[in-house]
Amino acid sequence: MTSYPYLKLDLISKTFARGSVETEVLKEITLGIEKGEFVSIIGHSGCGKTTLLNIVAGLTPVTTGCVLLENREVNDPGPDRAVVFQNHSLLPWLTVYGNVKLAVDKVFSASKTRDERHAWTMHNLDLVQMAHAADKRPAEISGGMKQRVGLARALAMEPKVLLLDEPFGALDALTRAHLQDSVMAIHGKLGNTVLMITHDVDEAVLLSDRIVMMTNGPAARIGEVLEVPLARPRKRLTLAGDQAYLKCRQRVLEFLYERHHFVEAA
Amino acid sequence: MNMQAIKTQTATATQVPASEVLRLPMPKQSFVRARLVPAAGAVAANLIPPIVVIGLLLIVWQVLCSKPGATLPSPSKIWMEAYDLIVDPFFVTGPQDIGLGWRVLTSLQRVAIGYGFAGVVGILLGTLVGQSVWAMRGLDPIFQVLRTISPLAWLPISLAAFRDSQPSAIFVIFITAVWPIIINTAVGIRNIPPDYRNVAAVLRLNHFEFFVKIMIPSAAPYIFTGLRIGIGLSWLAIVAAEMLTGGVGIGFFIWDAWNSSRLSDIVIALVYIGAVGFVLDRIVAAIATIVTRGTAAN
Repeated sequence: MTSYPYLKLDLISKTFARGSVETEVLKEITLGIEKGEFVSIIGHSGCGKTTLLNIVAGLTPVTTGCVLLENREVNDPGPDRAVVFQNHSLLPWLTVYGNVKLAVDKVFSASKTRDERHAWTMHNLDLVQMAHAADKRPAEISGGMKQRVGLARALAMEPKVLLLDEPFGALDALTRAHLQDSVMAIHGKLGNTVLMITHDVDEAVLLSDRIVMMTNGPAARIGEVLEVPLARPRKRLTLAGDQAYLKCRQRVLEFLYERHHFVEAA
Repeated sequence: MNMQAIKTQTATATQVPASEVLRLPMPKQSFVRARLVPAAGAVAANLIPPIVVIGLLLIVWQVLCSKPGATLPSPSKIWMEAYDLIVDPFFVTGPQDIGLGWRVLTSLQRVAIGYGFAGVVGILLGTLVGQSVWAMRGLDPIFQVLRTISPLAWLPISLAAFRDSQPSAIFVIFITAVWPIIINTAVGIRNIPPDYRNVAAVLRLNHFEFFVKIMIPSAAPYIFTGLRIGIGLSWLAIVAAEMLTGGVGIGFFIWDAWNSSRLSDIVIALVYIGAVGFVLDRIVAAIATIVTRGTAAN
């Protein structure tokens, strides 16, 4: 048996056709992610990060190439690749509990009893510290709390890969830091395989094992992959002066700055 | 750093004067004063203006119709002539001599059946048209033409098809109410945010689950807009349909009263129709508020 990565993106290209005009968004993206690894994809807006994530999620079909999960091709959406959406996407007519329960009921309809599903729902709300607001509706809780519930919903599906689409992009800096700590704690506890899209350099360095930097579109490709050699658990405050941390941060900034500059000059 | 040090010094330097908290007794308020009087005031503020306006209109009406040679009855004359209709809506003295309450109930029964069918068919067809581009292209032009046809124009066709007045009247209600429900449902379905579709896709909801758990709740505000327009139109149409089909019902009562020149009875019937139409609209609106409170609050 040859070894293969847990999640593999193999020569993925995506072309959007609008009438006769074709735009190549992604070009030959190849990336392997090991089990339990936390990988961030960073790039300027419009470079196709979200398209790439949607392809992995199965929400957008590929033009060429394929996504392999445990060496099996996946090309339609499913709960094994749960997504935390950028804008939380909670159903406003359901309570916080109802939103998570909907996912739990669907995914574990056969394998868990009614009581177990209830317990599992509450367990996941507990994990993101939202059990106290179980009976509230999404409109009654803050943006950070909504994102926590979105995370609970995704975690409750017990996904093989957790996909985070700029999950903290719309939050203020303090709430964002708080949620990043929560995600780190959960990742440390459960050992999920995570693929996160971000445009925040600090976030990427703090959370990831590897940072995938994408070039500007059209026809974006992987420009550079950076290993983040920082031991876990990581602490925001101690890392702020850490040499390795600063070096990684510098590398990502240089990459983004150079590419950005390059595009402007051209 | 320095600033803080200075601040602490000054803070400790100033002596805090000893003080005592005095607790003033709460002024005692009776329940009547605290609760009932403001509540009564609010009710009065809402009730007095319409009562005054209605009183003024009745006076004007009385003055205008008291002249010799007036074509329409004055309020006092209506009160005298249609006294039994006004005070007892539910009397039964003969097969065609019954209270207006009974007639309204008969009409409401027809509306309920026709409107019920329209609700179910309208939501299902609206979902189909909203969900499938092909169905929309095929059906939408037909709907747009059919919905402009007056409800009464359908009556001869339905009489010919059903060969009975009861199902014909119900069909007219159905065909009147169904268009706004279809069109609004379709708009609601088309406006389901793509995020909800993505959530459903990740969860692998099947078509039925997607319909019940995502589509209907998400489109509920639109659906209820259609249902509310539909109930208004049905109530408009039933009166006209009953005038032509006969039998028991508020519409036929008006036609019958006109044929026997009982103008006062007609006026009372109009008041009934208006009041019932108002109540129907409010009932649907109230249901909509309860059902869509989550969606609307987003």
